[in-house]
Amino acid sequence: MEEIKLQIKDLNVFFGEKQVLHQINLNIPANKVTAIIGPSGCGKSTLLRSINRMNDFLEDVRVEGEIIFDGSNIYDESVDPVVVRRRIGMVFQVPNPFPKSIFENVAYGLRIQGWKDKKAIEEQVVKSLQAAALWDEVKDRLHSSAFDLSGGQRQRLCIARAIAVEPEILLMDEPASALDPIATARVEELIRSLIEKYTIVLVTHNMQEAARTSDYTAFLLLGRLIEFGLTNQIFTNPQKKETEDYLTGRFG
Amino acid sequence: MIKEESLKKRYLVQNIWFTIFWLSMVLIAAVLGLILYFILSRGIKVINWEFLTAAPRRGMTEGGIFPAIVGTFYLVLGSVVVSLPLGVFSAIYLTEYASPGHPIVRAIRTAIHCLAGVPSVVFGLFGLAVFVKIFGFGVSLLSGALTLGIMSLPVVITSVEEALKTVPLSFREASLALGANKWTTIWRVVLPSSLPGILTGLILAVGRVAGETAPIMFTAAVFYARRLPQSLFDPVMALPYHIYGLMTEGTRPDKQIPLAYGTAVVLILLVVAIDFIAIYLRGRARRARKW
Repeated sequence: MEEIKLQIKDLNVFFGEKQVLHQINLNIPANKVTAIIGPSGCGKSTLLRSINRMNDFLEDVRVEGEIIFDGSNIYDESVDPVVVRRRIGMVFQVPNPFPKSIFENVAYGLRIQGWKDKKAIEEQVVKSLQAAALWDEVKDRLHSSAFDLSGGQRQRLCIARAIAVEPEILLMDEPASALDPIATARVEELIRSLIEKYTIVLVTHNMQEAARTSDYTAFLLLGRLIEFGLTNQIFTNPQKKETEDYLTGRFG
Repeated sequence: MIKEESLKKRYLVQNIWFTIFWLSMVLIAAVLGLILYFILSRGIKVINWEFLTAAPRRGMTEGGIFPAIVGTFYLVLGSVVVSLPLGVFSAIYLTEYASPGHPIVRAIRTAIHCLAGVPSVVFGLFGLAVFVKIFGFGVSLLSGALTLGIMSLPVVITSVEEALKTVPLSFREASLALGANKWTTIWRVVLPSSLPGILTGLILAVGRVAGETAPIMFTAAVFYARRLPQSLFDPVMALPYHIYGLMTEGTRPDKQIPLAYGTAVVLILLVVAIDFIAIYLRGRARRARKW
């Protein structure tokens, strides 16, 4: 079996009285893309946002269970959620660059971590833009507004921004769902190229996307993990009837 | 063949309503035009270089209004120094930190709205009781600036709150997900994004403060000061109060009334200039913001 980067153990998440995740147990393998699929409202995004404690900002959220990362439970009281988020980055569904220049968007994470050396920041920005396959398109206009970019470019900028701080895990919440097919293809290609350095957890409701880009797939239904395994196996030979029904389009 | 008669009546009704809307608009514009016309036509004659740069002489029947211009400028500046930090900080607390449904927060919001409705003369009395008497600042620039600052707080808080609310949640999430804490996010993302809105609100508040008479008449303003204010504890002359003085004090209305109109012209031009700056900033902010 692969090296495990993150372990989700008996995770239950409640929004007020309503339980949205039930007893999730999931091991995220290192340097692979793990896709979380399932119909709308099944808890995919909630699960993803549990991993970097972004759910903390919602009112009335209660989390039970453990998520083990680097030897400790990220929900332990001694763990600072800000530190968790520095090591587990996130890319959102709708590209959300800051109203700043392209350069400043990527440099933001470095600056808030206290980077002062101009040269080091510059090098890291260039490196991140290259890794996000955006460098060639923006190298001549680093200081123009990020809002001048197209949707696909904005999403790659957000990926560059997320990887600039060199997180270990990158969470992606339907990163291509707001993009056109060509931009989607570029982002998917980029995701594949990133696993050399990062562990990626990808939420998607697009099954083709999961099949194209992920190594492992977790199928979620009504807040429960139905099946988890190699993407190939899930898509060609699902073990559970619900998975098969979903993949063949009987519901969803 | 389709008959057209039935539609004619509807067009008629529509045209009547359009005419009513149009007339209302014209009426408003006409009133505004009339105000400007009367003030300008009566006041413009007395405006010359001396009027703008000299102090009043001979019991306010001659000379200029320079000390009042300076006084109003100081009062506005002072009120901004009071209301900007307080207003911005409270607005940040209310929108970013306080949980929206909490009864205390709701009570504070209601209190702020009520404060906005308090007549300005009441603020004047409050300033007299608290700053002039209890704190012992006397009738001074300081008392007036504090009173005006507090009076403009509701406007500042409300407009800063509105400006903060226009910053999309996705900006905050992006920053937080990068490992910024809440304050860093507010300082580096939320405030810069809402700066134009904050400035617009502030300048509108300034425009209002500049023209207020009641809050300063017991706290800061005098009809005549022999010198320009040298410290925060000196009383000041101010444009609106000078108009009031010219119209109610003194024995030579024939000479004073034109001077009052002249002062009003200066005051109007000042406020209009301030509003134009606000409109300009807002336009620039809209162009810079494309989210």
